Amino acid sequence: MATLLQVRNLTTQFFTSSGTVRAVDNITFDVDEGETVAVVGESGCGKSVSALSILRLVPWPPGKIIGGSINFRGQNLLEMNDADIRRVRGREISMVFQEPMTSLNPVLSIGLQLTETMQHHLGLSPAQALKRAAELLEMVGISEPKRRLAQFPHHLSGGMRQRVMIALALSCEPKLIIADEPTTALDVTIQAQILELMKDLTKRLGVALVVITHNLGVVARYADRVNVMYAGKIIEMGSAQQIYHQPHHPYTLGLLASVPRMDQPRGTRLIPIDGQPPDLTRLDGGCAFRPRCRFAVERCAQEFPPLENVDSGHVSACWRVKEINELKNAS
Amino acid sequence: MTNATTPFVQVRNLKMHFPVTDGVMIQTTVAQVKAVDGVSFDIAKGETLGLVGESGCGKTTIGRCILQLEKVSEGEILFEGTDLTQLSQKQLVPMREKIQVIFQDPYSSLNPRMKIGSILDEPMRVHRIITDKVKRKERVRELLSICGLDPRFADRYPHEMSGGQRQRVGIARALALNPQFIICDEAVSALDVSIQAQVINLLEDLRDQFNLTYLFIAHDLSVVRHISNRVAVMYLGNLVELAEGNELFDNPTHPYTRALLDAVPIPDPQAEAERAHSVIKGEIPSPINPPSGCVFHPRCPLAVDQCKTDTPKFRETASGHWIACDQV
Repeated sequence: MATLLQVRNLTTQFFTSSGTVRAVDNITFDVDEGETVAVVGESGCGKSVSALSILRLVPWPPGKIIGGSINFRGQNLLEMNDADIRRVRGREISMVFQEPMTSLNPVLSIGLQLTETMQHHLGLSPAQALKRAAELLEMVGISEPKRRLAQFPHHLSGGMRQRVMIALALSCEPKLIIADEPTTALDVTIQAQILELMKDLTKRLGVALVVITHNLGVVARYADRVNVMYAGKIIEMGSAQQIYHQPHHPYTLGLLASVPRMDQPRGTRLIPIDGQPPDLTRLDGGCAFRPRCRFAVERCAQEFPPLENVDSGHVSACWRVKEINELKNAS
Repeated sequence: MTNATTPFVQVRNLKMHFPVTDGVMIQTTVAQVKAVDGVSFDIAKGETLGLVGESGCGKTTIGRCILQLEKVSEGEILFEGTDLTQLSQKQLVPMREKIQVIFQDPYSSLNPRMKIGSILDEPMRVHRIITDKVKRKERVRELLSICGLDPRFADRYPHEMSGGQRQRVGIARALALNPQFIICDEAVSALDVSIQAQVINLLEDLRDQFNLTYLFIAHDLSVVRHISNRVAVMYLGNLVELAEGNELFDNPTHPYTRALLDAVPIPDPQAEAERAHSVIKGEIPSPINPPSGCVFHPRCPLAVDQCKTDTPKFRETASGHWIACDQV
């Protein structure tokens, strides 16, 4: 598969009164055409900011992209002028946000919101756009699409609004959809419906998907590849199989051990990661996970470990990556 | 100790209907939200009963009814044989010492203008558990360390702490009155997974240490499965299934429970690839005008005509396994 998106050394910082927050710190990853890449991590690890950075939606002030490049089909998104990037947003790369209530405009009808982008980007006439909007609603499983077009977001339930968001994201046939916690606000049965829908549509239409989530179960079900983030950095990257079956970073190991699983015997005690996530304004040069890491050695305090190859397509940023399996078995 | 024949907590045919009003000057009741519509269950001493369901199913309302934060529409709530719904505010005071609650949101459930020390001190002062100021201060420090926090946190304000630390303060506050029964309302839902595991382990340790009984209300099935002895599944104001944990998760019988379990993803790509995914159709109907007969029938794969008219009885199919469905 050809590479669709290349993110190289992306660094985004927030300049606040309490100091500079290194929200995204020198991250590099690729997204191939048609594949699903998951970005996992806990609150504040920089996963949402990295997604916003791709479309240059980081609000300034206080946030700013400091460095790096984002190549999308041969163009560097970070060097485009405002008019050009607007042609990419919604047309070639679209976004699905977490909270469908706040990301849809409450005073505009569903029809207007769906047709606006298509008229703008695809040059459709209002009548053509409206016809296509009804088709899109039908495609995302909304009943009586014609009637829905005249309705407003508050008429719809959370699951339906998220379906509208997906219809909106698909409307201009983008090459890439970035979904930031698309199902976090939804109930499990509705979450399953939405995820199946996204999986099915992206596969059918050949759209690549970057899913940002904290839910490890969702990742396991839908992702081809996984980027694990901690304190603004990607600390492990690999295929879903590699990340779940041969995790090579102490943080990934810790994350997997701390979730209760439906397929394991009940009553097995959870193994949490000790301590708290670090303050992103006070990072030193060492590994940010060090204070919580069971395997930390002196070197971890001095230098940040580079991403090292573990297997084909599988990298991990840990000084003790070579011994990780023995360490895991010993503890 | 309780007599072996009277269960610790008994909820009998609990109904909580909220009025929907219309009009500005003269308000008239135009409809009722049937948040809880005839729910019965027992909780034994030392047991953790999990209560799961999706948003709006009434699980939080049940917790609030037990705490007497709502005036119930109908039914009984017996705590060690005493019906809480019949007590006056004054008679409830000693009961409130025994029944405590941990809320979901550690950001809004702690007063931002009070120091952690005062937050923990207040219930002991109000209930005159410890009248001596110095001893109370000592107890605050002890509570903090029981909950895995540095006793020096007593001098801090809530905004100086992380979400996980605040939730520990919420737990310490619930423990301050030496309760017997704690209602955990989505107590770990707002926390990140690595912190969530810390708090779950703490709740388990405290349960063993102080012989606590929990009603663990949550929407996350894997967490409920982990912590509960028995589990009750709720849908639109009704219990649909109730069984011992292993029984419920290994042998789910109600079509809604099955759909719910199917919808929970497992953090293992191999297991996910091998698993069947049956997605249930439709959305949760409004509790203002719930479907007739069995409330689940519009979404149910097993529904027949009878389900549209007859309300299924909550019946015991095997020892301790209760279910509200006539088709299985």
